[in-house]
Amino acid sequence: MDLIGATAAWLSNSAHWQGSNGIPARLLEHLALSGVSLLLAALVALPLGLWIGHSGRFSWLVVTAANAWRALPSFAVIGLLVPFTTVVDPNLGFTLYPTLVAMIVLAGPPILVNAYQGIADVDDDLVEAARAMGMKERQILLGVEIPIALPVLATGIRSAAVQVIATATLGAEFGFGGLGRFIVLGDANQDNGELFGGVVLVAALALTTLALFLVLERRLVSAGLARRAAG
Amino acid sequence: MNGEPLVRWDWLFAHLGPIADRVGQHLYLAAIAVSVGFAISFALAALSIRRRKLYPFVTVLATAAYTIPSFAMFAALVAITGLSVFTAEIPLILYTIVLFVPNIVAGFDSVPWDVLDAADGMGYTSGQRWWRVELPLAVPLVVAGLRLASVSTIGLVTVSAILGDSFGGLGYYILDGYHRHFTTEILVGGLLSIGLAVIADLGFVLLQRLLTPWAARRAVGG
Amino acid sequence: MSSLGPPAGYTGAARSLGAASRTGAAALEFRGVTKRYGRGEQAHGAVNDLSFEIPSGAICVLVGPSGCGKTTSLKMVNRLIEPTAGEILLDGVNVLTEDVTALRRRIGYVIQQVGLFPHLTVGRNVAVVPALVGWSKERQWVRADELLSLVGLDPASYRSRYPYQLSGGERQRVGVARALAADPPLMLMDEPFAAVDPIVRERLQDEFLRLQRDLAKTILFVTHDIDEAIKMGDFVAVMEEGGRLAQFGPPDEILAHPASDFVARFVGADRGLKRLSLVTIADLELAPLAASARAGLPTFSPSTKLRDALSVLLAADSRGGVALDEEGQPRGLVTVDAIASALAEDRHAATAASAATTGVSGAAGDAKVAAAGGDS
Repeated sequence: MDLIGATAAWLSNSAHWQGSNGIPARLLEHLALSGVSLLLAALVALPLGLWIGHSGRFSWLVVTAANAWRALPSFAVIGLLVPFTTVVDPNLGFTLYPTLVAMIVLAGPPILVNAYQGIADVDDDLVEAARAMGMKERQILLGVEIPIALPVLATGIRSAAVQVIATATLGAEFGFGGLGRFIVLGDANQDNGELFGGVVLVAALALTTLALFLVLERRLVSAGLARRAAG
Repeated sequence: MNGEPLVRWDWLFAHLGPIADRVGQHLYLAAIAVSVGFAISFALAALSIRRRKLYPFVTVLATAAYTIPSFAMFAALVAITGLSVFTAEIPLILYTIVLFVPNIVAGFDSVPWDVLDAADGMGYTSGQRWWRVELPLAVPLVVAGLRLASVSTIGLVTVSAILGDSFGGLGYYILDGYHRHFTTEILVGGLLSIGLAVIADLGFVLLQRLLTPWAARRAVGG
Repeated sequence: MSSLGPPAGYTGAARSLGAASRTGAAALEFRGVTKRYGRGEQAHGAVNDLSFEIPSGAICVLVGPSGCGKTTSLKMVNRLIEPTAGEILLDGVNVLTEDVTALRRRIGYVIQQVGLFPHLTVGRNVAVVPALVGWSKERQWVRADELLSLVGLDPASYRSRYPYQLSGGERQRVGVARALAADPPLMLMDEPFAAVDPIVRERLQDEFLRLQRDLAKTILFVTHDIDEAIKMGDFVAVMEEGGRLAQFGPPDEILAHPASDFVARFVGADRGLKRLSLVTIADLELAPLAASARAGLPTFSPSTKLRDALSVLLAADSRGGVALDEEGQPRGLVTVDAIASALAEDRHAATAASAATTGVSGAAGDAKVAAAGGDS
């Protein structure tokens, strides 16, 4: 197919690998902003979810968050943020901020919900046994509940990461940078090589991130939980 | 945004007709994707249950497909299959399959084996057993999948706005409003599409409650 | 599968371990302990004015029907549940005055579901409390291995396994090992052997009693099974609905002289037979036995319980059986009457007691008491 040739040509063109609009620059942009958003979202959602799971209070908050997140189209979220972020800064508020805020906002709930669910699913007997052995509340959370909840926790962070990368890609339609830019430009310039180059790059990034997280999960989760993960 | 009031009501009322059309288009696109996707998914799920060895393969493909951002998927398909409703539907259907298949399989897997055993013991034929025991009990998870896929599809339809002006349902207003710096339009597109998604979500929750009075609501969000 | 008993060379190790591990078992006392839920009109007592004393080194079993407050009472000792009134004294010190965390680290706790941490290996599970109190890693490992051997699990093959790889019986053993790890002066056990099948349970009970002989810990043990209570307990506290203590005393006392209708009913109409399971052939007075009369009669080793011997004699419809000594040589004759007499030993006291507990019918002991009035 012509497409494959065009894409290969575009990708192998060294000019596309240099400069502020080059592939490495865009990749870095995409990764950096995704990483920052994930971190910020986790900083708030993770402790909150863990605490709600451990103490059992405000679980209604989590249920509402879960449902809210599932229903929100990210396209709409980015768009709706624009009128507000442009007030803050007419330039960045039109390109960078709306997508960035959307990334953080959309990454929060999966982390929160999974943190809560993971901790809540830990057997009450285990927590009582830990308490009876003389562990303090913090020790129970850190030494027992979190390690056991880790598989579920990790899945939450992983799906948030995938979400963030996808939102960043989408943001290109709203002036955001990153790898999505190539898709938008390719479409505008009727350059299939660029468009498909962008698609390939985005897909590669997303799949690599997925694989990385899966490997990380394997490493971090205790071998003793292997059986439970299947259940 | 540009010194204008937040909402231009006059524009809104002047365009009620087209807006309604867009809502219709939005639901239409979503409905096709969900129903076609469901049919295909059911077949795939049935196959996966019969041939267990196939299932991990299916899961991997599904996860990979879901991971690839929809934006990229839409853009890629336009280049390949050109611009048409068909093009718009392919990614939509694909994403519903990705969400449905695991749910359907899980639904049938969730039927306790002792219930199946009892059914066999009482003399049900395998057909009767499937229709009267397995299907009803698999319903909760299947409906949960329907809920998830429908809400997700409504969201994805907005993304298809990138394909052009005649696509995207309410997403058109979001994108157009953005390019024209026109807040009202963005609000219409954004709030309405969120509204549609929420209504669909609530509708399916109600359906879940109606169909399965015996199922306790334990899982967060289903 | 775990070994049937302690590994070879175990006895020696346990003896020296026993001496080194006796940090002084604590004496436990309940003084007017009460737990009430709800307020005012709604208040109902889960435990009411519970008072008894356990000397150090003894096993006391709390037994009673479900809902009688035995588990609640147990949990008040390590304050998983706080008492509404009364005191619980550990070596004379009220547990309520102590820091909760420090208290719990001094008390071993074993529950029915074991509660092994699935994300830790068996070795690390056993070492949880030593790690909490700050032992060095070296000391933790050595101790974990010691304890695994003690409960009959080969450390080399078990220490790196995970709980999900163990059978129910193995998990219970690890649970006991974990509770013993920091050498606590007191152990609390809540129906620890209830979740395994009867054969495994019996084995675990026997091994635990063997362990206790060496370690001499103070143990408060909860069960709903009266047979387990009688087998395991140096003292038995029978509780009734409403959280009240119905009777407290050594098992034989409870069986021979139930203090109320409830206790008599709870221990069962066959309490006479139950008492027979507390005595072995070795303690029985034997009739002389002619060599010629030996032929065809069933034989009993010195450790055979009288109850089992009686059962054999009745089933074989035999006049008697041959009691053997340690070397397997015949010692004397065992008859059904002799066994019955052993039961009726303190028949004077028993007659007085049975007068107080009229209405209890069918007890073999009672019948024997009445019949043995003239005979011997």
